[in-house]
Amino acid sequence: MSTKQFLFSGFGGQGILFAGKFLAYKGLIEDKQVSWLPSYGPEMRGGTASCSVIVSDEPVGSPIVSNPDMLIAMNLPSLDKYENAVVPGGVIFADSTLIERKVNRDDVTVYYIPATRLASENGTPTLANMIIIGKVLKVLGDFEENAVRAALGKVISAKHADMLEVNLKAMQLGADYE
Amino acid sequence: MADKVLMKGNEAIAEAAIIAGCRHYFGYPITPQTEVAAYMAKKMPKIGGCFLQAESEIAAINMVYGVSSTGKRVMTSSSSPGISLKGEGLSYLAGSDLPALVVNVQRGGPGLGGIQPSQSDYFQATRGGGHGDYHMIVLAPASVQEMAELTVKGFDLADKYRMTSMILADGTMGQMMEPVSLDFDIKPQPEKPWATTGTKMEREHNIVNSLSLVPEELEMLNMKRYDRYKIVEENETMYEEYMVDDADIVIAAFGIAARVSKNAVNEARKQGIKVGLIRPITLWPFPKAPFEKAAEHAKAFISVELSMGQMIEDVKLATNCKRPVTLCNRVGGMIPSPEQVLKAIIDVNNGGVK
Repeated sequence: MSTKQFLFSGFGGQGILFAGKFLAYKGLIEDKQVSWLPSYGPEMRGGTASCSVIVSDEPVGSPIVSNPDMLIAMNLPSLDKYENAVVPGGVIFADSTLIERKVNRDDVTVYYIPATRLASENGTPTLANMIIIGKVLKVLGDFEENAVRAALGKVISAKHADMLEVNLKAMQLGADYE
Repeated sequence: MADKVLMKGNEAIAEAAIIAGCRHYFGYPITPQTEVAAYMAKKMPKIGGCFLQAESEIAAINMVYGVSSTGKRVMTSSSSPGISLKGEGLSYLAGSDLPALVVNVQRGGPGLGGIQPSQSDYFQATRGGGHGDYHMIVLAPASVQEMAELTVKGFDLADKYRMTSMILADGTMGQMMEPVSLDFDIKPQPEKPWATTGTKMEREHNIVNSLSLVPEELEMLNMKRYDRYKIVEENETMYEEYMVDDADIVIAAFGIAARVSKNAVNEARKQGIKVGLIRPITLWPFPKAPFEKAAEHAKAFISVELSMGQMIEDVKLATNCKRPVTLCNRVGGMIPSPEQVLKAIIDVNNGGVK
């Protein structure tokens, strides 16, 4: 891998920025060059939120991801907005609990994960984001428990250390989902 | 080297300021720089510093004036409309030869404008910002690491030359996270024999003031100040050159525009176009020398800006208009894409733009 560009998008409150931050930290721990750029409009819970994450072997130029290699769409407006921006041959991860339609393109790989439903059934309704991230890492061939733990340790504050296992379990759910 | 951490640009500025010995922060919240104040609010009380949310931007800059008069390192931060409000105070700081660090995380204007990134306060920053003949040292970071490094550098330069250093960033630089190392070599702060620290009945009074009613004296003060500016111009210019040596086309861009332009330069090089980038790190003093040198071999320049074309004037001045300079821009909170910059390069390369 030389450079991977990710775009995370969904409702405010779905943990879009957190998921992006996790991925950026994982890159940092693995000695990659990384950047994380949130949208920062007048947003609030229920509004739209997105963030650009770049993980690269080389210094990151523009931190703005306009054409992602991987799109993580956690609601329908996000898929509508960014579906056509994904590079040909790219990958789309869609939360199929909240997105009822199918992706219209045939030049990208699509993973439909009912993340919101899985999160709810797991008793962790706020962790749909981490379920999808689990799948992202699995697809990247990058789901290695120690590395994942290390990165989680960076984004979960010491005060909430008990959440680490919970997040890890959610990610495992996503990784195992077929 | 210490471990790198992920930080937002705004947070990196705040932490670097604390490391540089700043213990006084005055501000008033405004997007997209609020994290600077939030970080200071959290940290300052724990280290015996002072965080104060002023009643307005004008109050904040005058608090900066007060603390600076006592010789302590002090800063304020804001975004474009708030910096306009501070304009009077910036002029008074200059008129009193007081050091200070002022951060402008720019957003689209004019007026209240929007909250998305912009570089349209270039004129305001490089030409002083308030009334009267004066300059600020204007530093333009293009990464979170530089947000931190230039903050430390800004305090050093401010103290050394008794000037305001301004960090001229934008919403992207403030909001983005990148790995940053905060392992700085901190120089001891210089003595400030002019500071108003109490005479203890042992010396003459120090007076900090910008009022001077005798024209002959005020003229002399201005002349002396500009002698000092000349030394700054000779010694403190900073810039980065990227693939300029053999370039037919040279891009001028700072901050986020330089990041975007670098992508375009790499792509154009793949297509066989000889293009390079000069990234001014100090916007005042403007790095004239690399532009003069590049004008000897480059056929054309492109100024990439998030404004209607402000730095382009300095590029034309630096090159004495020897070569054509075209503008590639977006405004109002929009950011040029690498594709847009690449197209501008290809157009210029084809001679399509006059």
